[in-house]
This record gives sequence, C-alpha cells and structure tokens, in this order.
Amino acid sequence: MVVFDKPKALTDAPLHYCPGCTHGIIHRLVAEAIDELGILGKTVGVAPVGCAVMAYDYFACDMVEAAHGRAPAVATGLKRAMPENVIFTYQGDGDLASIGMAETVHAATRNENITVIFVNNAIYGMTGGQMAPTSLPGQVTQTSPYGRDVKTVGYPIRVCEMLSALDGPELIQRVAVNNVKNVMAAKKAIKKAFQNQIDGKGFSLIEVVSSCPTNWGMTPSNALKWLEENMIPYYPLGVYKDRSAKEVK
Amino acid sequence: MAKVTFKTDICKGCGLCIEACPKKLLVIAKDKINKKGHSPAEMTDQSKCIGCAFCATMCPDCVITVEK
Ligand SMILES: Cc1ncc(C[n+]2csc(CCOP(=O)(O)OP(=O)(O)O)c2C)c(N)n1
Ligand code: SF4
Ligand code: SF4
Ligand code: SF4
Ligand SMILES: [Mg+2]
Repeated sequence: MVVFDKPKALTDAPLHYCPGCTHGIIHRLVAEAIDELGILGKTVGVAPVGCAVMAYDYFACDMVEAAHGRAPAVATGLKRAMPENVIFTYQGDGDLASIGMAETVHAATRNENITVIFVNNAIYGMTGGQMAPTSLPGQVTQTSPYGRDVKTVGYPIRVCEMLSALDGPELIQRVAVNNVKNVMAAKKAIKKAFQNQIDGKGFSLIEVVSSCPTNWGMTPSNALKWLEENMIPYYPLGVYKDRSAKEVK
Repeated sequence: MAKVTFKTDICKGCGLCIEACPKKLLVIAKDKINKKGHSPAEMTDQSKCIGCAFCATMCPDCVITVEK
C-alpha cells in the first residue's frame, strides 16, 4: 500500500527551486490539503512575485498571477465574483509584508473569505537576497552587509501579532517547516485555513517560517537549524487568533 | 515490508531526507549524477526501512514514494 506519494493537486513539472528550498515542502502541504478536502476542481490559486512566481506551473488547479503584493486584492475579486470557488494566495515576505502590506491588512480587516499562505524566509529570495521586512536584527543580507541595523532600518514586522490585533480576521496562525513534527503541524493548520473558507468563516492566514538556503549562504540542513535557533525565537509558533475557537469557549 | 522509491531524475541532492530518517538509511550517492547534475539520495538497506515516511515528509521535491 502506498503510504506517501506526490499529491494530485501538484503537476508533474519539476520545481525550479534551489536544492533544499522549503517552498517545495509548502507547495506540497497546500496540495495535500486541496486533495484531502476534494476541492481541486474548484480551487483557484493566486501566485505572487517572488521565487514562487511560477507556482502556476506547479499547482494543478487554475492559477492567476498577481502584480507584486496584490494577491489578496486579486483574491478578493475572485472570491466575490465566484463565491462557490475556493481561493488561496501564496506569498513571500517581501510580497506580503512589504509592497503588499496594505492589501494584506485590508483583506484581513474586511475578513475577506480567502486563504492566505505566507512564506516567511526573512529575505527577498528571488531578487538575490536583499533585506526583507522580516529579516532579523543583525541579519546579514545583500542590502545589510553589516547586519540589519534596527536604528536605521527599523525592527522586523511580526505579521501574525500585528494582524491578530484586528477584529476582522478569522484565523491567524504561525507554523514552521524545519522538522517532521512541525511539517505535520503546518499541514494541519493549512488544511484548517482552507476548511474555514469552505465553511464561510473568513480570512485565514497561515505564516510558514521557512528557509532560503541559497541567499542565507547555508546548506539546506544548516538553514533549518538556523531557522530553529534564530527565527522561531523571534517569530514564536502558535495560534494568534481563532475566532471560532473563542466562540466555542 | 516497507519500501521507498526515488524519482532519481528530479532529486536535488539536498540531503533533507537523509537528516530526517530515524534509521539513518539514506545517503547521497557519491558515484552517481542525475540529468540535472545532482548526486541523488539513495537507500543503503531497504530491509531496515520502517516506512515512517519521514524522508518523504521533508523532501521539497516529491522525489520519494513510500509503500508499506
Ligand atoms: C512592482 C515590483 N517591485 C519590485 C519587484 C522586484 N521583486 C521581485 S521579487 C521581490 C521580492 C521577493 O521576496 P519575497 O516576497 O520574500 O519572496 P521569496 O523570493 O523570498 O520567496 C521583489 C522586490 C517587482 N518584481 N515588482
Ligand atoms: S533563492 Fe531562496 S527562496 Fe528562492 S528558490 Fe532559492 S532557496 Fe528558495
Ligand atoms: S520511510 Fe522512514 S525508515 Fe524508511 S527511509 Fe524513509 S525515513 Fe528512513
Ligand atoms: S530530500 Fe528529496 S531532493 Fe533532497 S536529497 Fe532527499 S530525495 Fe533528493
Ligand atoms: Mg522571502
């Protein structure tokens, strides 16, 4: 009996991502959620600008390519025009928390009934490793060669903490993909974020703390260790907002 | 008996499956290079595999199929 195989919601196209890039794991988790919920035929994804710009080749559902950061606005239009379809965005930290911050915050506060997958790898991967709004204090990047200096460029943005202060959103949760246990927990959270949309509950965002071995200048396995030792302490994992859970209590 | 199969052509030799295997059964094949120029992961002793799929869970490229 097959206990593990590639999900049907992924095409057979080989991923262009660097060796050991966690974008691949996160793509698979999204696809597994789509398979298990039986929604492949009615799901439409919105791809970002960033390393995942070619996600439309990898997901077997219909996909739309948004301008940089505008995925939640595009998803809003899709969902309002086609309320029976399941709409998700897949966005990096530069896309979602820098150029697209306004779209993110306003979709969240409107409790737009969409699913947002937010890949936080603390860097602009696609463009060669510039500092992101989520780069850690002291983190060396192409544009912070002496380490992020919070005195001049400010502090990293904790997206989950910030959005959970809004009354609007349904689910705001942070997970990571640095080991088997966390990958399994991430899968559960992503599936819930899709189920919430099917149930009409509203805006569900899952932040996935991820790695960029190439631009961090590390081997894939050292990048996961660095993530665990440096990113998770700054970006604690957990459920930041779950309105339905609160109502049950 | 558990069995893992690798789509060797799309393996990027990243090693994440190797770290994840609780039985330490996987290695990078030093004497092989696939179409993409990567040395792929391979199994050293299939008979010791417990079919836990930890390797496949950490593989970013869906290279591994696990049967039990
Ligand atoms: C309007 C616009 N501004 C800037 C860019 C350049 N650009 C491309 S990708 C990117 C950031 C990507 O970083 P992130 O969203 O974190 O994705 P990652 O590659 O790290 O997954 C930027 C600034 C662009 N393509 N379009
Ligand atoms: S640059 Fe970084 S985020 Fe982009 S594919 Fe490579 S490892 Fe992944
Ligand atoms: S299924 Fe488990 S025991 Fe078998 S190779 Fe993969 S990780 Fe190792
Ligand atoms: S995790 Fe996947 S891509 Fe990486 S070495 Fe193992 S089989 Fe190859
Ligand atoms: Mg990024």
